[in-house]
Amino acid sequence: MSARTQRRRLVAGVTTALTAVLLAAACTSNEPEPTDDDTAGAAVAPGSDNDEPGDKIVIGFSAPASDHGWMGAITSAARAEAEKYSDVTLNVAEGTNDVNLQISQIEGFINDGVDAIVLLPFDGAALTDVATRAMNAGIPVVNVDREFSSPFAARATILGDNYGMGVSAGTYICEKVGDDPDAVIGEIAGIDSLPLTQDRSQGFADALADCGQEVDNRVAADFTVQGGEAAATNLLQAAPKLTAVWNHDDDQGVGVLQAIENAGRDEFFMVGGAGSANVMRHIQDGDSVLEATVIYPSTQAADGIKLARLIAQNKTLGDLASLGVPRQIQLYAPVVTADNVDDYLSIGFES
Amino acid sequence: MTDQTTSSPVRRALASGGARNGGLVLALLVLCIVGWATAGDRFLSVSNLLVVLGLAAITGVLSIGMTFVITGGGIDLSVGSVLGLASVWASTLETQRIAQESTWLVMVFCALAVGLGAGLVNGLLVAYGKVVPFIATLAMLVAARGLAELIANRRTQLVTATSFKSALQGNLLGVPKIVWIFAAVAVAGWFLLARTTFGRRTVAVGGNAEAARLAGIKVKRHTMSLYALAGLTAGIGGAMMLARTGAGSSTNGTLYELDAIAAVVVGGTLLVGGRGTIVGTVLGVLIFTALTNVFVLNNLNSSVQQVAKGAIIVAAVLLQQRFAAREGRGS
Repeated sequence: MSARTQRRRLVAGVTTALTAVLLAAACTSNEPEPTDDDTAGAAVAPGSDNDEPGDKIVIGFSAPASDHGWMGAITSAARAEAEKYSDVTLNVAEGTNDVNLQISQIEGFINDGVDAIVLLPFDGAALTDVATRAMNAGIPVVNVDREFSSPFAARATILGDNYGMGVSAGTYICEKVGDDPDAVIGEIAGIDSLPLTQDRSQGFADALADCGQEVDNRVAADFTVQGGEAAATNLLQAAPKLTAVWNHDDDQGVGVLQAIENAGRDEFFMVGGAGSANVMRHIQDGDSVLEATVIYPSTQAADGIKLARLIAQNKTLGDLASLGVPRQIQLYAPVVTADNVDDYLSIGFES
Repeated sequence: MTDQTTSSPVRRALASGGARNGGLVLALLVLCIVGWATAGDRFLSVSNLLVVLGLAAITGVLSIGMTFVITGGGIDLSVGSVLGLASVWASTLETQRIAQESTWLVMVFCALAVGLGAGLVNGLLVAYGKVVPFIATLAMLVAARGLAELIANRRTQLVTATSFKSALQGNLLGVPKIVWIFAAVAVAGWFLLARTTFGRRTVAVGGNAEAARLAGIKVKRHTMSLYALAGLTAGIGGAMMLARTGAGSSTNGTLYELDAIAAVVVGGTLLVGGRGTIVGTVLGVLIFTALTNVFVLNNLNSSVQQVAKGAIIVAAVLLQQRFAAREGRGS
């Protein structure tokens, strides 16, 4: 089974992502400045021997279905991270968008008595109860990306910054457009029923308000290529002239770009979201309306694995004065443009 | 079944349900052996059995209602969406703080009422509006999901009512309460289908609606009641989903109708109507759930799982056809 985690240390050919992303980690409320994790790969950061093999541990991992590139990258980066450690065995549950099934996977981990659980829930609220049960059973849970609704459900939480993504995108558009009253701004959201989508839209609206702009045309897609194509076609139909568009998600961006091409439109510029390699290449080449994208790290779950390992082995996160592992780490959402795309291309994921 | 007499095929269809379950029990046993061989005590433990049953409960309840609809010659594609709608409607009520003490009763009643209402609309469209079941319930699938999103404002609504949680969450006699609910619904469904006039009429309507009409069965009304029943089970499922996840979300129950239909068909209920078995349906649900569990315990990759599931559905239906052909020759 290729799905089995091998216990050998592989040569890390996968992500050097952690460095770049974590170097730029953002502050969260009343949290000391996190976090400059040790470097990716097998190198050991100066002053930290965290990567030295410790107690043998089993980590249970569950995430939604890999139905788009970002989510696929989440799981593969988590696997790759676990394989770097000879002392970690990773149990990867089948990715699912059915909270009912995901709950039973976590119940299975509790039965197995794993040493830690890394959980990216399809819906944070729906998985809160079972995560709390795991915590009560003495298994530390690391919550990734979509937050639980109770502080008792996780020992540590690692998040992207959805609101910050919107702010970064809105601020960039503000810089370009200024307070031009005739500017028409479009927004292509992801799955509207997810709180993360609302956070992104809220951040976007708040940032635009700073320069007196607002979203004139908003459509929602579903993170898929076909959904992006359909939503963008509708948007272009509704707005005969656009100035700027923010598309929340680069996976659906493939379809969005196709729709723009089909319509033969190029009077506006577009900002992406998430940071796929494909979009970064477009930014590099300058061959499309894409000018920039906003990073939403697909290495979060890999960070989750690292944190879970440190927690299970009673180690301390490096580069902090405090002991142990922080309760919450929120990653930063930088804007990638033609000027700095070369720095970020290494953490771009393939759609 | 090309029998011309009106009573014997009905009787035989009901009787044959028991005999065909042998193959399903065998399949379940084989699965358990595979599970035990590959995962050992991790599979064959009481706690894992409870995980399997907890996972089976919600799909199971939906499948019971689906059995009635399919036996009656129809199909209901809307149960997953109606489940989502019922769960969201009930969790919205909780935010209204109706009579703090009895909140859970109000919520459960609301979920059931929403399910029943949606089922009645389906039934009216199919029986009296003469809309093809596939289309009528497809429309409900889309509309109910949209309404759920509107009501929930696309937010996940937490259930905080302690009365609801203590009533429906947790265990009773060491078994999750939702599993008891599934058991109760299954027993009630079995009794209704196999032991009552209502059940016999369902088989008759599904087997030959015209003959049933001539035999004095009010076919339209009966058909409507079947969809209402399926809607009601979707409402029960909505309440169970609230109990299991502690949150009402408009995405609850997405694609569950397909799981339910698969379980019903694998269980031996004929997709063209005229033969149904609740015992078979329950076995079908358990087979799929146990299969998922074995896959998860063995860390099998999800794409392989989907292929395997598809193969199992096809194999089950092929086997059924062999059975049916043999029976046909025997009569």
